[in-house]
Amino acid sequence: MISSKTTFWGYRRENGRVGVRNHVIILPVDDLSNAAAEAVAHQIKGAMAIPHPYGRLQFGADLDLHFRTLIGAGSNPNVAAVVVICIEQEWAKRVVDGIAKTGKPVTGFGIELHGDHDTILRASKVAKEYVQWASERQRVECPISELWVSTKCGESDTTSGCGSNPTVGSAFDKLEPLGVTMCFGETTEITGGEHIVADRCATPAVREQFMAMFNRYQEVIERHKVDDLSDSQPTKGNLAGGLTTIEEKALGNIQKIGKKCKVIGVLDKAETPTRPGLWFMDSSSAAAEMVTLLAAAGYAVHLFPTGQGNVIGNPILPVIKLSANPRTVRTMSEHIDYDCSGLLQREKNLDQTGDELIEVMLRTCNGRLTAAEALGHREFVMTRLYESA
Amino acid sequence: MIHILVHDKKDTVGVAVIEGIKAGQELTGWVMEDDSTIKVKALNDIPIGHKVATKPIKKGDTVIKYGFDIGKSVADIAVGEHAHVHNLKTKRW
Repeated sequence: MISSKTTFWGYRRENGRVGVRNHVIILPVDDLSNAAAEAVAHQIKGAMAIPHPYGRLQFGADLDLHFRTLIGAGSNPNVAAVVVICIEQEWAKRVVDGIAKTGKPVTGFGIELHGDHDTILRASKVAKEYVQWASERQRVECPISELWVSTKCGESDTTSGCGSNPTVGSAFDKLEPLGVTMCFGETTEITGGEHIVADRCATPAVREQFMAMFNRYQEVIERHKVDDLSDSQPTKGNLAGGLTTIEEKALGNIQKIGKKCKVIGVLDKAETPTRPGLWFMDSSSAAAEMVTLLAAAGYAVHLFPTGQGNVIGNPILPVIKLSANPRTVRTMSEHIDYDCSGLLQREKNLDQTGDELIEVMLRTCNGRLTAAEALGHREFVMTRLYESA
Repeated sequence: MIHILVHDKKDTVGVAVIEGIKAGQELTGWVMEDDSTIKVKALNDIPIGHKVATKPIKKGDTVIKYGFDIGKSVADIAVGEHAHVHNLKTKRW
């Protein structure tokens, strides 16, 4: 049982935020810088490169989101220090300046006028210092109110709506009164349950903002769809698992926000929340995209219910996977951190599974590696809004 | 042994929660809302996670799960029959 006295052991950063991991990351600003970033991480043990395929010739809101995602990822309290590498010095500086606002160590390198070899050498020297410095940071005991917890489900099936999603909902209902900062999203996957989320919004203004985000995404679907999306939403995995329509998927999806939590505000993609409580982030329902946006928003630990069995992880945000599908728990056991299949046979109730999930979450926060971390899953996927220039 | 799970008393479908349900099998359903039990005879093999009609559904009817609209039937669905993409479609998009 948790209470306001419940604590976890985390790393308190220069800006006061608390992380549950102590990563030194090598962050490329663009696709061209991945090779140098990976070379540095290969040289310096304990440093982690975060390669991704974008960052050239983006513009407007799409470019803003690119920078917000990179700066947010570097600023996440699970990150101790950052080495930024970019083909161009000027954009490296833009990311460095954004991350430096947290007060954590960060240095940027441009490849132009140097080449990969010299960049790798210079960046490796700094990364080595950062890794040694980070290795002396100590975990301190922190109240649970300082934890930021996000959720998003994936490879859902009908057991997600029966078991794993309501287990997250039970945990959220327990965490909300303790002042934990929480988030859910998946804008299109609320289709058919939008009225339920709207009714949970704390104020008329939040409700209006939520519906504006929901309706905007519906317009995107209407503009680009060629059929009823039955090849995409529900996915092939969803259909195999018995989910038939988007409405059914949505009603299962929103079990994650529990029965009592109020939505206190809405966030743009990768936007950082400003106070404790449950937030809605306007986002794709694609797992790695959304988890990356949540990492960039500053969340420290993630609860990921799955039905058919998703294998996702993230380099910065530990992803705890839970499933209520006994076949998935049996056939994909190495990916599942918490088995709540007992719910479906009435062997356990949601109060118990919510408590057990929180216990797994706190152990993870205290340092236990998730299945995805142990298996090396580091999916870091930038969300794109439109074509490059 | 619970074979199928029903969220809400208003629901017209339930979810198979064990593997290997065969046509002709007598199924025990757990209605979570009021903790009651129902009996349904399976008309088809039902894979785990897939839905079975727990009330008669006419072509064009709204299908109810979680107590809410999850789409419309495009064929009559008898009690005990497998309900999925062949007889149930979204009303959206």
